[in-house]
Amino acid sequence: MSKEGFSISLASPHAPDMDGIQKLGIALFTLAFLFTLVGVFGPAAHNPDLFFYFGFVGSVIGLSIYTVRTFLNRPAGVQNNHIFTSSLTNRGLWGWALGIFLTGFYVVLYWGSDDLWSGSPLVLLFDPISRGLFNHPPDRWFLYSFIYTVSILIMGVRAILKYRHSNYQIIRTSSIMFFQLGFAFLIPQFLKAMSQPEYYFSYFWPLDYDILFPNSVDALLSNGALGVWMLIISAVLTFIATPILTYFFGKRWYCSWVCGCGGLANTAGDPFRQLSDKSMKAWKIERWLIHSVLLFIIGLTILLWVNSYLEGGIFGSISHSLTKVYAFLIGQAFAGVVGVGFYPLLGTRVWCRFGCPMAAYLGLLQKYFSRFRITTNGGQCISCGNCSTYCEMGIDVQSYAQRGENVVRASCVGCGICSTVCPRGVLNLENGSTHTDRQNNNPITFGNDGVGLRE
Amino acid sequence: MYIYMGHMKYEHTKPYEDWFWEKNRINLKRAFVSKVEPDSNVVVLDSGERLDYDELIIATGSASNKFGWPGQDLKGVQGLYSFQDLESMEADTKGIEHAVVVGGGLIGIEMVEMLLSRQIPVTFLIRENSFWNNVLPKEESDMINRHIRSHHVDFRLETELKEILSDDNGTVRAVVTENGDEIPCQFVGLTVGVHPNIGFIKDSGIEIDRGILVDECLRSNVNNIYALGDCVQLRSPVKNRRAIEPVWYTGKMMGETVAATICGQTTEYNPGIWFNSAKFFDIEYQTYGYVSARPKEGEECLYWEAEDGVRSLRIVYETATKGVIGFNAFGIRLRHQVCDEWLANKTPIDVVVSNLQHANFDPEFFKRFEYEVQSKFQAITS
Repeated sequence: MSKEGFSISLASPHAPDMDGIQKLGIALFTLAFLFTLVGVFGPAAHNPDLFFYFGFVGSVIGLSIYTVRTFLNRPAGVQNNHIFTSSLTNRGLWGWALGIFLTGFYVVLYWGSDDLWSGSPLVLLFDPISRGLFNHPPDRWFLYSFIYTVSILIMGVRAILKYRHSNYQIIRTSSIMFFQLGFAFLIPQFLKAMSQPEYYFSYFWPLDYDILFPNSVDALLSNGALGVWMLIISAVLTFIATPILTYFFGKRWYCSWVCGCGGLANTAGDPFRQLSDKSMKAWKIERWLIHSVLLFIIGLTILLWVNSYLEGGIFGSISHSLTKVYAFLIGQAFAGVVGVGFYPLLGTRVWCRFGCPMAAYLGLLQKYFSRFRITTNGGQCISCGNCSTYCEMGIDVQSYAQRGENVVRASCVGCGICSTVCPRGVLNLENGSTHTDRQNNNPITFGNDGVGLRE
Repeated sequence: MYIYMGHMKYEHTKPYEDWFWEKNRINLKRAFVSKVEPDSNVVVLDSGERLDYDELIIATGSASNKFGWPGQDLKGVQGLYSFQDLESMEADTKGIEHAVVVGGGLIGIEMVEMLLSRQIPVTFLIRENSFWNNVLPKEESDMINRHIRSHHVDFRLETELKEILSDDNGTVRAVVTENGDEIPCQFVGLTVGVHPNIGFIKDSGIEIDRGILVDECLRSNVNNIYALGDCVQLRSPVKNRRAIEPVWYTGKMMGETVAATICGQTTEYNPGIWFNSAKFFDIEYQTYGYVSARPKEGEECLYWEAEDGVRSLRIVYETATKGVIGFNAFGIRLRHQVCDEWLANKTPIDVVVSNLQHANFDPEFFKRFEYEVQSKFQAITS
């Protein structure tokens, strides 16, 4: 079908005429955003309060008013109209523009020089919130962390409104917002403000890849009781809590309920979830890539410990170089630049699906030792394709559903959207009573009593 | 409908990736068949090409009904069944100001939803005095009536189409109803049911009635020609099933049956207990077993409707045995296997009601309905 017009709306480009409140929201957003832009080109450095409150906060409020009103104007239910006819959400001009902008932002964020960032009006714009809450001046990482959190919160509200007919989506999205705000923003920033290690309770090894490196462990240990406690928590979360929780709930307890990467994907990234590649080829690449990254980080961590034990006796500086390679290639280029920058081009879970070693670890547990599955409801699948289209992990859910087969896949993050968009009540995320009853491999349509499989 | 509404693109609607066919040694050929010649085992394509076969399976689906209304073949007037229909709907609804949909069934209400997604105001004409009330009991039909109106549809009950008027270019400009109202419009959806799509085999020697007549093994009167899906008319339907069943899964089940036969294990078509589903705007519908529009002799039912008016459950059971024979669920999801087992065993209604949680297929954290249904059951039985 042809593409229709251009729209930058994240909601519905063919929405009925805007009402007064929507117009007010858009007007406020536009004015405040332009004001912010003006500030970013210089003046914000001298008068951050003015530009932060009337610019940034104003545009957030304006956008929120518009979004809330737009979704509440429509009845509760699946609201995917025009997603594939809108330029932004179907890799059109606006999609590419946003993708290039985000990618550029990450490149400058990770690899821009300190000269570029220090004293930049963009960073100083956030001086009021940084000083107000944590009593320290903002740097580029504060800027990133703050914008990241605000994105999850605003777009989280949008996701809740969009999927408000589903309590699963409401509660899950609230959980993501809670963990991002508390565990990935407020707590680490307060710790930093109190000159303690900037510790993220919601990220652990192997996603937080250097937390178990010898240097980090030494640093934590030298920090006294709090450091030792943080180290113990990390180890317990990785090696004990993760397998147990995954056994009972699948990897979703982390990937779509707690993790900040998944959090951004399921909130800010929600308008782009349909762009993931569902082909068998993509699945093959996924399996090679994600497990290679897992092996890489396990190998690297072991190497560093051996090296540390031998005091550099055998491997010398190799392990140090490998650490740098991992940090650059995986930690920054893959997780950040590609992972988020390419949202509007490759869909939202590129990092989670192809790169994240934590997802690989959770996936292996989920595939072989978990009670979690997506149940297919008998013979009710009509092969419409909604489930596969809206799967952010690129799983061809329909290929299972139309065979009446339960979905047991390492990559499934349990976001539940396949079940939410299914028009016939075919799919349901379930934790069974055991991990052995999950696969039902009878491909004969349920209810076809005349045909059976041969012995 | 999802392509039109922008939920998906054409490629998303394919049941398999394109490599599937070749990998499974299936030669997928896109063409129209103009003729079948059973005597020489040849299928003739509209290009003139002739294909030989050993066994032929005809699965040509349905075609939309038209009942001889004046103007029914004008440009901008169509049913909705095939991809080609979708393409013409896409072309003929560009920039229009008003549309009319005639016929209150499953395709009609989908077409209304499609048009509304493009901000095209729709008048929805149905002959009955309530939506789909030849299938749905009164309460469920009322629920959908309310829901249709809440979506700002100009919904006209007990209104029949008389004729469709043309403009100077042979395009629709208005419809006229039996009571004389003229409704200006630039597009008319005719969704008054479907019939087997078998025009191309009319004089082939393959025996037909309304559909292709087949025996228990889905074989036509010609030994090596089978038929399956919407285009089939069973000579002797299995109990409680109709001779022609245009529903998505009969083709699948019949395909599995014919495959078994052709592969050497002669198998009779034996669909189990009836089930179906649909979605009316935002309300999902599932049905299992037999729920008739009007209560039959010897049957009773338990009907529960939530206060929000968009969720309901009806369980029909035999007065004498108390065994359950049908479920209608609106806005809630039921587990197919569990309902099927209860229906097969004619499990008593009180056992079903007290074990309702096993049939609940709603996602986690959804408001549970079992308690309200159980209270309702106690109220009517005590």
